[in-house]
Amino acid sequence: MKSSVTYGLMAEFEDPTALVTATERAHHEGYRCMDAYSPFPIEELHEALGSRHTRLPLIVLIGGLVGCIGGYALEYWSSVIAYPLNIGGKPLHSWPAFIPVTFECTILAAALSCVLGMLALNGLPMPYHPVFNLPRFALASRNRFFLCIESKDPKFDIEATRRFLETLNPREVSTVAD
Amino acid sequence: MSDSLQPIEDPNRAIVGAGRPPVIAPGHTFGTVTDKISAIVLTRKTPIGWYAGFGTALLFTGLLLVSLTYLVTKGIGIWGNNIPVGWAFDITNFVWWIGIGHAGTLISAILLLLKQTWRTSINRFAEAMTLFAVSCAGIFPLFHTGRPWLAYWLFPYPNTMNIWPQFRSPLIWDVFAVSTYATVSLLFWFVGLIPDLATLRDRSQSPVGRFIYGMLAMGWRGSAHHWHRYETAYLLLAGLATPLVVSVHTVVSFDFAVGIVPGWHTTIFPPYFVAGAIYSGFAMVLTLAIPIRAVYNLEDFITMRHLQNMAKVMLVTGLIVAYGYMTEAFISWYSGDKYEGFVPMNRLFGPYAVYYWALILCNVVIPQLLWFKKIRTSVPSLFIISLIVNVGMWLERFVIIVLSLHRDFLPSSWGMYAPTFWDWSTFLGTIGLFLSLLFLFLRFLPMISIFEMRTILPEAKVGDE
Repeated sequence: MKSSVTYGLMAEFEDPTALVTATERAHHEGYRCMDAYSPFPIEELHEALGSRHTRLPLIVLIGGLVGCIGGYALEYWSSVIAYPLNIGGKPLHSWPAFIPVTFECTILAAALSCVLGMLALNGLPMPYHPVFNLPRFALASRNRFFLCIESKDPKFDIEATRRFLETLNPREVSTVAD
Repeated sequence: MSDSLQPIEDPNRAIVGAGRPPVIAPGHTFGTVTDKISAIVLTRKTPIGWYAGFGTALLFTGLLLVSLTYLVTKGIGIWGNNIPVGWAFDITNFVWWIGIGHAGTLISAILLLLKQTWRTSINRFAEAMTLFAVSCAGIFPLFHTGRPWLAYWLFPYPNTMNIWPQFRSPLIWDVFAVSTYATVSLLFWFVGLIPDLATLRDRSQSPVGRFIYGMLAMGWRGSAHHWHRYETAYLLLAGLATPLVVSVHTVVSFDFAVGIVPGWHTTIFPPYFVAGAIYSGFAMVLTLAIPIRAVYNLEDFITMRHLQNMAKVMLVTGLIVAYGYMTEAFISWYSGDKYEGFVPMNRLFGPYAVYYWALILCNVVIPQLLWFKKIRTSVPSLFIISLIVNVGMWLERFVIIVLSLHRDFLPSSWGMYAPTFWDWSTFLGTIGLFLSLLFLFLRFLPMISIFEMRTILPEAKVGDE
């Protein structure tokens, strides 16, 4: 069984259109455990892979709400309960003065959850990944486009999948060691 | 193929459309764009000018360290500010630096949301400029506290003294606004850098470079799933940074507007401060971009169209600022308040009148030259005008702060302010720090976003098979 030590098969393409077409064909063929790699974001790729929308906006919304409520609660608690001070006869709960800090806390918490959420959902940092075993993969950050069908896909068969990938007019198809 | 392959926006339009000058010179490919920008960091010989510039900037950073050390040992009495002028160079410089940072966020966030593709070649270093300007800005209030090692008292945390910050004070709002701004700017900049750090990791020839860039890139591999979340995150960050940047200078203006000092207590301050911030920020981007594109031969990427567009933004924000000056003067007369009415008289004819007239000359009169296309397309004149606007915006803050404080209500409490050697040395020192950080950035990180440049190339378009 070769596939136990193989991460997958990687096809290399020269331009974004070829990659998107190949990905659509592979998805149509029934492959699901695969990923496409490109040196810049290609909107169509995500659809071609048939993946769902990301939950990131929800995470950011929750983060923002936590920051908003937390910021205001902190101001209320410290100004009214923990350390009440009469400033120019203003009420202890002088809410208009609490808005700027509430706003800044909202933005801060939303931005932090946005970046950390994005990294976490992407599983980064991940210094090692099998695709880096392929020397030509270094071009994925320059000008080449890659489609990798992973060996864990139920339809994966090293010979048949290679033959299928060859039909997509790739520059070359290589085996990725795990 | 299916309709879903049609791109939503035609990237070619941004490049050759409408008879405008291009945002990127023709003939570039994914490879050439990548190679040209990454070569500046990885392979190209560092220009002699870099060493000369960095060395000089480092000298001034040394001056900053000396000034701050002396300040900490002697106290802030070494500065010229004293009652009645309690805020002078320190707060002037703080507001000036913060304002400069605003253009970076405007370019990276607001122009992204407005789909202005021309921002792509200038956003990276404009964001870096934001970060470094905010760092310089932070130094002033931090050391003006006199005991910077206790500055953490400004943050709310449970403590044995059982006290809490005063949330009704604009100065506390400022702490939150500026620290949030610094954090979000850093996040935005770093997120933008991740794919380019991966490019540098893959292209670096030295093991040390591969290791450092590799660690910073965190294993980015350009996966389509990752790109999708990345793009979502980038847009969301831009959406968050846009109201943030407007709020920061608004809160800075509250430091003044919430007070009752004549010349400060006015509602025009928030919009007029934000416009002024963008004005000075674009002036600084031009001041930096013009020499950088010449030294590193980046005319292909930072084209005349970029310089012209920035000049146009300067012209518009400059006019808003000029309107602010007129409104200030009108309202102080219209209010019928004796003390408010005195403010413009003191500015025009008082002991600091020369600074006010210089400010009008730098910020209102000279920038009107930008109406002429000949001026907008001439690189040297743009450079000179940008320097003049930088000076003018600094003068504006000086006029607002010092001229309002030195003669407020009772003539018995009037006074004059003159900067000392240490006022100047701290200011020049922060310019040195700013430039040192900028030189390091130019040398070790890609100054233009490589992956975003790839997306605006014609070959990035996904077509029909």
